[in-house]
Amino acid sequence: MTTQTEVPQRRGTSQDSGSTPVISVRRLWKVFGPKADQVPDSEELCGLTRRELMDRTGCTAAVRDVHFDVSPGEVFVVMGLSGSGKSTLVRCLTRLIEPTAGEIVFEGEDIRQADDRRLRDLRRRKFSMVFQHFGLLPHRRVVDNVAFGLEIRGVGRAERVRRAQEVVELVGLAGYENSYPDQLSGGMQQRVGLARALAGDPDVLFFDEPFSALDPLIRRDMQNEVIRLHHEVGKTMVFITHDLSEALKLGDRILIMRDGAMVQCGTGDELVGAPADDYVREFVKDVPRGDVLTLRWIMRPLEDGDALDGPELGPDVVVKEATRAVLAADKPVKVVENGKLLGIVGDEEILAVVAGQEGGA
Amino acid sequence: MTVAVEKPDETRTAQPAPAAEAARKVSRSMVVGAILVVWLVLFAVLRGKQTLALAAADLTDLHRWFNDVNDSIGANRNSNPLFLYFFNEIRLVIDTLVTFVQELISQPSADRPAPQIGWLGVVGIAGYVSWAVGNWRVALLAVAGFTFLGLQGLWQESMDTLALTLSAVFVALLFALPLGVFAGLSDRFNRIITPVLDFMQTMPTFVYLAPLTLFFLIGGASATIATVIYAAPPAIRITAHAIRSVPEATVEAADSLGATRRQALLKVLLPMSKRTVVMGVNQTIMAALAMVTIAALIDAPGLGKTVVQALQSLDVGTAFNAGLSIVVMAIVLDRVTTAASAREEAARRSKNRFLAWRRPLLGAGAAATAVLIYMSHTYVWAAEFPGEGGTGSTIASAADTATTWVQDNLSGLTNAVRDVITNGLLNPFQSLLTDSPWWLVGAVLIALGVVLGGVRAGLTTTVCVGLLVATGVWSDGMTTLASTLVATVLVMLLGIVFGVWMGRSALVDRMLRPSLDAAQVMPPFVYLVPFLALFGATRFTAIVAAVVYAAPVAMKIIADGVRNVPATTVEAATSAGCNTWQIITKVQLPMARGALTLATNQGLIYVLSMVVVGGLVGAGALGYDVVAGFSQGQLFGKGLAAGLAIVLLGVMFDRITQAAARRTSA
Repeated sequence: MTTQTEVPQRRGTSQDSGSTPVISVRRLWKVFGPKADQVPDSEELCGLTRRELMDRTGCTAAVRDVHFDVSPGEVFVVMGLSGSGKSTLVRCLTRLIEPTAGEIVFEGEDIRQADDRRLRDLRRRKFSMVFQHFGLLPHRRVVDNVAFGLEIRGVGRAERVRRAQEVVELVGLAGYENSYPDQLSGGMQQRVGLARALAGDPDVLFFDEPFSALDPLIRRDMQNEVIRLHHEVGKTMVFITHDLSEALKLGDRILIMRDGAMVQCGTGDELVGAPADDYVREFVKDVPRGDVLTLRWIMRPLEDGDALDGPELGPDVVVKEATRAVLAADKPVKVVENGKLLGIVGDEEILAVVAGQEGGA
Repeated sequence: MTVAVEKPDETRTAQPAPAAEAARKVSRSMVVGAILVVWLVLFAVLRGKQTLALAAADLTDLHRWFNDVNDSIGANRNSNPLFLYFFNEIRLVIDTLVTFVQELISQPSADRPAPQIGWLGVVGIAGYVSWAVGNWRVALLAVAGFTFLGLQGLWQESMDTLALTLSAVFVALLFALPLGVFAGLSDRFNRIITPVLDFMQTMPTFVYLAPLTLFFLIGGASATIATVIYAAPPAIRITAHAIRSVPEATVEAADSLGATRRQALLKVLLPMSKRTVVMGVNQTIMAALAMVTIAALIDAPGLGKTVVQALQSLDVGTAFNAGLSIVVMAIVLDRVTTAASAREEAARRSKNRFLAWRRPLLGAGAAATAVLIYMSHTYVWAAEFPGEGGTGSTIASAADTATTWVQDNLSGLTNAVRDVITNGLLNPFQSLLTDSPWWLVGAVLIALGVVLGGVRAGLTTTVCVGLLVATGVWSDGMTTLASTLVATVLVMLLGIVFGVWMGRSALVDRMLRPSLDAAQVMPPFVYLVPFLALFGATRFTAIVAAVVYAAPVAMKIIADGVRNVPATTVEAATSAGCNTWQIITKVQLPMARGALTLATNQGLIYVLSMVVVGGLVGAGALGYDVVAGFSQGQLFGKGLAAGLAIVLLGVMFDRITQAAARRTSA
C-alpha cells in the first residue's frame, strides 16, 4: 500500500512517449583510422566485427550504428566495459570527438550541421559535462573553477561569483570556496566538477564515468548526490558508467554497449528480466533480482481455482518491496493496473525470486 | 667462429644485418669483444700506416678553401646584398641592444665617466627583483653575491657578462616562448622542430662560435647571437613540454564549456604551464651564462675574457678569482630563477598575513630601489665600486699560494695519479686510435655502431666517419676521441658507484643532490681552473675537469633509474634470499639499463664539450685547433674544420647511444 507511491516517478519519464525527445541519435558512427568515413557507407564493411575491420582497413570502429532517444528529465545511462566505445559516444554527442556518420538531433537541431560558433554556443548554454578525472584548473580557487564556464561566456565578475556561490552551496561545498582543488579530496573535487557543470544552467548534463576514480563509499555518496540533484533541478542527464549497480541505481533507462555497438536498451528490470543475449545475461547474472524485477515480470496468468479476494498491488512494484505483503497475505496477490487484472503473484513466485532460483522469466 | 664473421674489413660493413642478428643470437658483448680483438690484431700488423696525421701548421685543401671563403666574405661584407641587408642588419640590431644594456650597467657612456646605473643601483635592482619574483632569502643572496663581485675587483667585467647574458636571454625568449607555445599546440611543428633542437643541444658551446664569426665578425654582438642560438632550445623545448603536459581532461573540460582556442590558451594552457616555463627560463639563463663566458674566445667582453687570458698565461690566481665570480653569478641567477618558479605555489599555500602587505611592500621596495638608482646615477661613490678590489687580490694570491703548495707538496701524488692514468689508460688507447690505419678505426666504429645501435645508427656512423676523414683533422679527432672515451669510462664508473648509492639510500640522495644540481649549472670552463692548479697544462687536466663536469649528470640519471625499479621487484628478490650485492647486480642494474645507456649518452656529450674546451689548457687536438683558428688567420679554415669534426663526433656518439638506449629499454 505504502509501496505504491514508489512506483510512478521511476517509470513515468520513459513511458512518457508523448513528449519529444531532447536528444535523438540516429545511425551514429565513429570510426578511427585511415579513410574512416568510407566504413559506415559500405554495407560490406559494416558487417565485419571490430577485429576483422581492423585487419581489413586498419580502422577501429569505436561507435557502430548507435541510435537512441533521451526524453526530457530522464537519466539515460550508457553502460559497457572499457573499450566498448561509451566514452567516445558521449564525446560525439557534444562533438568533442567529431562523429564519422549519423545524426544527433538536439531540441530539433542537427548538431552535426552546427558551425563552430553555434557549437560553442551550444556548449556554453545547453550542455555541460562532468569528467572522470575532473579536469579542474589547479591554479584557480574552487569558486573560480565553478565560475569558469560563465567567465568563458563573458558573464561579469560579480554576477558569476554570485551564481558560482549558489551552485557551490547546492553541491554541498559551502566553506570551501577559497580552497584550491589539490587541497580537496577526490570526492570533493568531483563536486567541484559537478558544480562547474551546473553553474551554466544547461539543459543536459553529460557524465563521463564521473565516479570511477573514487572510493566505493564516496562513490555511493556521490551517486546519492546525483539522485538528489536530479530531484531538485530535474535536468536531463546522460550518464556513462562501467558499473552495472550504478547504472541500475541511477538510470531510468540503460543502453548496454559492446565493441561499439548497442546490445540492448531498456529499463533496469527489462535488462534483468529479459536480457537480449548471453552477453547481457552474463552481465546481470549477479544482480539481486528482487531489487530490480517488478511484479510484472514474475506474475502468472490467472488459473482456475485461484482465490480472487486477496490484496491488490500495481505491476511496477519491485519484488523486494512486495515480498512482505505477498507473504503476509493468506491469499495470492492480484496484480492490477488501471482496474484491470493482469495476473497474480503467490508465495511461490516471490520465493523463487528472493531465494534466487527463479528460472522462468 | 664469430670472429670470422665479425672481421671488420670493408666488406662486412656492407652487410650489417647478419651482424645484428648474430648479436641477438650470440650476445652483444661477445660480438663487441670479438671486434676489439680483431682490431688489436690488425693494429699490431698495420701500426703507423695510413694514419692521416696532420702537423699543427699543415693545412688541407678544405682548410685553404675555408680560408678563401673567409677572406672573400671579409672583402665583400659591405657590398654583398645578403650581408648588407641581412647579416649586417641583425648584427646592428643586436649590437645596439648590447651597447644599450652595457651603457646602462657596465660601460661608461659617451659623456659620462661611469655607466648610467652604478653599482649601488644594480645591487638594489638585483635585490628588489629577486625579492619580487622569488623571496627575501634569494634577495639577500643576490645582494651579497653582487657585492662580492665588486669586492673581487671584477665589477665591470661582471656587469659586462651580465649585460651580454641578459641581452641574449631577452632575445632568446622573444623567439623561444612563442615558438615553444606553437610547438606545444601543433603536433606537426613539434615533429619538425624536435630533431633540430636535439641536434642543437648535443653540440658543445664551442662549435657555435666559428661559423658565427664568419657571418657576424667577432665581438659582443656575435657573442650575443651565438648565445641566443645556444640558449633558446631549452626554453622552446620546455615551453612545448609544459603546454603538452597540461592534462587532456582539463583542456577537454574547457572545450566542453565552449572555450574558444584563444580562451583555452590564455585561461587554461598558459596559466597551467607557467611554472614549468619559468624553469625553462632558468635553463636558458644558465645556458646563456655558460655561452657568454666561452664567447670570450671570440672577443666577448666580461669575466670569460679574464679567465681565458689567465688560463693562457697559466695564471692560476687570476683565473681562480674570475672563475669564482662566474660561479657566484651562476649561483645567484640559478637560485633566483628557481625561487621564482617555486614562488607561486608557496605563496598560495601559506596563509601568510604578509600577503595582504605584499602590494604596499612591493611599492615601497620599488621606491627605495629608484632612490638607489638615482644615487648611483648621480654620485661617484655609488657609481664606481669603491676600493681596489682588495678581496680579489687576496683570493688570487691565496689561490696562487695554494697552487704552489700543492705543486710543492702534492706533486708526487698528483703526478702519480696523472701518470698512471695517462700511461696506463690514455696513451695506449690514444695510440691505438691514432696509429691504426684510418679505415680500420672507421670500420671498427661502424661495426660497433651497428652492433650497439642497429643498422640506422650504423649508417649515421658511416656518414660521420666519412665526413671526419674529409675534414682533414682525422688524427686530432682520434686524439679527442681517445680522451673523451677515457673520461666517459671514468664518468660511468663514478656514476654507477654514486648513482646506485643514491638510488638505494634516500639519505645519501638528499645529501648529494643539491651539490650535484649546483655543479651542473656552472659554466664548463670554470672547472678547468682548479685542475690546472693540480695537474698543470696537460690533456689529463681536461679529462679530470670533464669527469667532474659530466659525473653529476650520470649520477643523477643512474640514481633515478635505480630508484624507478619497482619496490615489489626488489622485495621479491629479497624474499628469494638475495644479498645486497646480488640485488644490485642482478636486479637493480639490469632493470636500470635504460638509465645506464642514457647516462652514457649524456656523459659522452658533456665530456666531449669539456674535452674540447680543454684545448685552452694544453689538451691539444680538436679543441686547440678551434682556439688557434680564432687567433690566427691562416688557421681559420682548420679551426672551422675542427669545429665540424667536433660536431660529427657529437652526432656519432649521440646517435649510437640513443639507439642503444632505445634498444635496451624496448
